[in-house]
Amino acid sequence: MTLEAYADTILPGEKRWPEDHAVAGVSVGGGSAAGGAFEVLRSPEGGMEPILETLADQLNEHAVRFAAERGLVPDPTLPPFVALAYPERVALIQELTATGHGERELWVSLAMFSTIAFDSASHLPTLEALATGHPGLATLGYFPPDADGLWRFPAYSYGRPLARPHPDTTPSGSPA
Amino acid sequence: MSSIESTDVLVIGSGFGGAITAYHLAAGGARVTILERGPWLNGTDFDQDFKFGSSTTRAFDFVIGDGMSVLGGNCVGGGSVVYFAAMPRAPRFVFERHGSIGRRMWPSAISRDTLEPWYDRVAEALPVTQQEWRNVPYAGGLWAAACDHAGRTANPVPIAIDEDKCTNCNWMMSGCRFDAKRSLLLNYLPAAISHGTEIRPLHEVQHLTRNADGSYRVHYTVVDEVDYRVEVASGAIDAQLVVVAAGAGATPVILQRSAPHLGQMPAAVGRYFSGNGERLNTAVLDDDRVRDVLGLDRGNGAAYQAYQIGKGPAVASWDRLDAALPEYERYSLEQLYFPPGFGTILAQVPDASGPTWFGIEKKEMIRKWQSWLTIFIMSEDDNEGVFGDVPPSGNAVRLSQQMLSRGPLQYRPTANTLRGWAAADAEIRDILERDGLARVMPWTNDLVGAYTVHPLASCRIGDDPATSALDDRHELRGHPGIFVTDGSAVPGALTVNPAMTIAALAERAVPGIVRAARDRGVAVSYGAPAPSGETAARRPALQQVGVRRT
Repeated sequence: MTLEAYADTILPGEKRWPEDHAVAGVSVGGGSAAGGAFEVLRSPEGGMEPILETLADQLNEHAVRFAAERGLVPDPTLPPFVALAYPERVALIQELTATGHGERELWVSLAMFSTIAFDSASHLPTLEALATGHPGLATLGYFPPDADGLWRFPAYSYGRPLARPHPDTTPSGSPA
Repeated sequence: MSSIESTDVLVIGSGFGGAITAYHLAAGGARVTILERGPWLNGTDFDQDFKFGSSTTRAFDFVIGDGMSVLGGNCVGGGSVVYFAAMPRAPRFVFERHGSIGRRMWPSAISRDTLEPWYDRVAEALPVTQQEWRNVPYAGGLWAAACDHAGRTANPVPIAIDEDKCTNCNWMMSGCRFDAKRSLLLNYLPAAISHGTEIRPLHEVQHLTRNADGSYRVHYTVVDEVDYRVEVASGAIDAQLVVVAAGAGATPVILQRSAPHLGQMPAAVGRYFSGNGERLNTAVLDDDRVRDVLGLDRGNGAAYQAYQIGKGPAVASWDRLDAALPEYERYSLEQLYFPPGFGTILAQVPDASGPTWFGIEKKEMIRKWQSWLTIFIMSEDDNEGVFGDVPPSGNAVRLSQQMLSRGPLQYRPTANTLRGWAAADAEIRDILERDGLARVMPWTNDLVGAYTVHPLASCRIGDDPATSALDDRHELRGHPGIFVTDGSAVPGALTVNPAMTIAALAERAVPGIVRAARDRGVAVSYGAPAPSGETAARRPALQQVGVRRT
């Protein structure tokens, strides 16, 4: 739940069910959590799996400190990071990923995997992701392939000259 | 008796630097073995799929360094398999650059004029062709129209793509499913194989040692075909001569790891790395303004909204490739496509009220993804990159099964580099924000530092032993019989896509490598035609090296 909340802060979505605490619900349509962030993080290919539990614990420790510094009283029934409101989650992630923060590489990596899950559904074959309405690819407006599962765009060009070439262009089409 | 295998020439890496030299040496009669650390993929192996474990991650490499991330190929064919096949020649002034060393950084023997015959050989071999406007995809056309509207020029770039086969699918970074992209898998490598070259994929060279007779022993490990972090075997091959062409992110590491065995490396090994001065800006276009201001229309109700359609970079503006401008202020601005994932995380939200690279506003920006236009800056950086401690194996510590690693490269852009980037950013803004066409922001350098898809210069040629690792024949100073022919040999940033120049330099280096091989007792001659048998470009090249053919 903690890492899903992190992913939802990177690319937020709407709550998947009424009591969905990981997702803050600040955006219309699915976000990184619905896009499969946890599946991507957990995948053996990604290499993050061995450290996920530690990452979640560290994130919650940071959230406890962050809340205490600001006099916040988080919901004790939730993991401390999940208990933060969306703007506070953002502020904490900005702090953790800032230049000079000792752990920034970890938190940037987590953000990268959260982004990859949303934008490219890397835990699923892309055809399957498109067929099942993956929220990230839907948000991108990613054009689907032909019936055989391959992408081709027969209409692709404005088809006419749209600028003057550089006057010194050489016969090979290169700069002089 | 030794049970170690042997060959005449051992080539490390099968990208431009390795494939071109391997072909000519094999065609000339040498026994050639290529060790390639990546997999061997062809045609239908190239998946149009973002899933981890598809060719997208098998053939591609992303190494995060300290201030510089390097993206490159990791497969038979190297960078040519994942590149975007833009093949301009470097402008004349590039060869006269001084950079930070106070003198011409290129060897005196090399200029645009002396390299021209070698460019011609590459153009014939791949082949490289001029792109016509009717083949320029929407994104390139949009960039051209915007440049024109702002009083600038714009050129369709020369490309190594068979237009008849290209589907404009924009999956080039995963390899070309349709064999439209003229990668090395379609020319130099099959020709090398036809002359007896052996290619061994998944063989990662770790270091070299020297034998008593002056030949070299190349030590490798074999990596698992799925989990590249796993070593499944190891071995060594003896060779009279070694061509190191592992790419600018790996060649210096292999040589540095070899230093305890071979003796001290030239100081420039692992120094002077250039990211080709690269930087990206992402614009979000207003479709109505594109129609009203530029008069563009796709005929389907959209003026643009076609970021996904195309073949990488198609159009570049070369107005700032002007020799009269001060060094570090010259750059090209090229329209580019980047697939989702890599192409989105670093893009920043124009006019963000909150964080620029993540959050609510970033998601709203992604909703407009088809209206994005990415502009690629290739400028004159300051060769700031230095390779740090040698990793335990390979050129980096692998974090994921495939693709993602943490490497030893350190890069801190100087004021010169930053000045060029700022000027280029401002010009892109001036062109694309004119008359409300778009809002533009550069990619952030705050997450993984700067980044490059064109690593260069980490083991460079030059005339000055203090600031170059190789002489102008590409031989490693102080280590006869070791030649370096990949992007690491290029002295500095080129201000354009470098593949054409890397390839031309490799072509140019071959006669000298052949001579060195002959001096070491290898029965080899120089003078092969292009891989397809074409000979038109051979004569001028032969004349330049003084080889007569009747």
